[in-house]
Amino acid sequence: MNNELHLVDISKGEVERAPIRDGFGKGLKRAGEIDVNVVAACADLTESTRMQLFAEAFPERFVEIGIAEQNLVTIGAGLAAAGKIPFVSSYAAFSPGRNWEQIRTTVCLNNQPVKIVGSHAGISVGPDGATHQMLEDVALMRVLPNMVVIAPCDSVEAEKATLAMAKDPRPNYIRLAREATPVITTSDTPFSIGKALVLVTGVDVTLISTGTMTYQALLAADRLYKEGIGAEVIHIATIKPLDEQTILKSVNKTGAVVTAEEGQIIGGLGGAIAELISENTKAIMRRVGMRDRFGESGSPDELLKNFGLDAEHIRLSAHEVVTKKGDN
Amino acid sequence: MPHNYSIEQLDIIANDIREDIIRMLEHAGSGHSAGPLGLADIFTALYFEVLKHNPKDPDWEERDILILSNGHCVPVRYATMSRAGYFDRDELMTLRKLGSRLQGHPERQRLPGLETTSGPLGCGLSQACGIRLAHKMDNISHRWIYVVIGDGETDEGNVWEAAMFAGSNRLSNIIAIIDRNNIQIDGPTESVLPLEDYRAKWEAFGWHVIEIDGNNIEEVIDACAMAKAIVEKPVAIIAHTVPGKGVDFMEYDFHWHGSPPNHQQAIKALKELRTLGGKIRSEHE
Repeated sequence: MNNELHLVDISKGEVERAPIRDGFGKGLKRAGEIDVNVVAACADLTESTRMQLFAEAFPERFVEIGIAEQNLVTIGAGLAAAGKIPFVSSYAAFSPGRNWEQIRTTVCLNNQPVKIVGSHAGISVGPDGATHQMLEDVALMRVLPNMVVIAPCDSVEAEKATLAMAKDPRPNYIRLAREATPVITTSDTPFSIGKALVLVTGVDVTLISTGTMTYQALLAADRLYKEGIGAEVIHIATIKPLDEQTILKSVNKTGAVVTAEEGQIIGGLGGAIAELISENTKAIMRRVGMRDRFGESGSPDELLKNFGLDAEHIRLSAHEVVTKKGDN
Repeated sequence: MPHNYSIEQLDIIANDIREDIIRMLEHAGSGHSAGPLGLADIFTALYFEVLKHNPKDPDWEERDILILSNGHCVPVRYATMSRAGYFDRDELMTLRKLGSRLQGHPERQRLPGLETTSGPLGCGLSQACGIRLAHKMDNISHRWIYVVIGDGETDEGNVWEAAMFAGSNRLSNIIAIIDRNNIQIDGPTESVLPLEDYRAKWEAFGWHVIEIDGNNIEEVIDACAMAKAIVEKPVAIIAHTVPGKGVDFMEYDFHWHGSPPNHQQAIKALKELRTLGGKIRSEHE
């Protein structure tokens, strides 16, 4: 573990869990206390997206939109046009799922600092099934010029990310998960938009993860260590702009990469890293994530295991790239 | 800027704007003719009488906001802004050319004085709601937000999400000017996707509705003044206009929605505009 990052030691057994969306809720309220121009709007999911804290603290700065995600984000663009810093929240399946063109034109091309909050992202939404398991949001947002894409690994980081977003002059997207997620960072762990964190250092393989999968990457690294493989774990909270320097420095050292995300590998973190790696290195690479298919109903743990989104699949992929690297 | 033009003077300005639109579109070789020509009187009324604005200080904090939701009609805005003193008329001929500030569809960051980036339809009214909400939070009640919307544009669901929101939240200071020219790309609005009973739809969504002849500048000015007096709800001005207004072979013909005139057609159109359809002698024939 990288001691400079003040991380929670996950090797000592069970770690405290908290929903990533809780961190967002706290961060937004705090951002509202710091800056009177921070405002919020929600499409009928105020409690669920944890915007409730802000709405109760600052009712005059909160707007209930109703179930209208196109209106949600374009009202956000209008609020920003008049000098506000609007956070607009819904489930990721609906925003940015339904209102992509409005985001493209009125937020990104128009370059207004609207903060799009996509909660309940990923397959861990569970029993709700494929319609609500948003797996394409990162790809949808990453492709847009001017957009910043953030996927925190836990609630503590989500709070810091939310505060950073309130100060960032660009359009932002933040991806939140519903389920309680292991808390692996602390209030002392650094956060800045665009900066990757090297959580664990190693020389044999680089594990690059984002969002909820960073905990799984840490578990995988722990097991790999016991098997004699030194895995370097890089947590990517900001998928765009990507911290290319940190990633390339690691990959040039290890020559082998495994990415891990709770979303489609096409266009997601896996896609982003593949683009970077193939243009700059000869490293061997595997991607852990959803492989061009939809999810289904089930418990979060069942689904993650069933679709190969866990530490075990990261571990197996790491063995694969390390072996292949040796063959070359 | 001071607004002290007579209606006769404004009519002449509107006609000059139409001539500029024809020249711009012919030079660009692509673009929309019918909508911009039909909107020339409304834009003249807005920039030369109704709006509180300052061409020398486009970001003036006290200005009224004009959102062009149907971005494809932007040639009329460029031509009017130029006449109002925002930029030199020579620049109009750069429309749709590489490097121009006058993009085919308006981009806020390219040209001072544009409030939003638009083109994909249906987003202007929501942004007006957002701006109004921000003004309310800041206790601002003396600024108005005008949104020009195409009638065909209101096929879009986003428009009705915003209409329902503005109506139910009783957002005053929003004046939607709907260009009821009855055409869209595939044909007459009432055969593509019928909009009537149009007035009743807006009223049912909580709006105060005023219907006018949108090619009568005096009616446009009066309607805006009336709209500003309505303080308890948003106002929709359904402005009945003639698409292609002023150019006989373009008027009412939906084929001119998305086409520019060629050189011969432009000469013919300019001749007609210069004589106000043969009613006056051209000063510059």
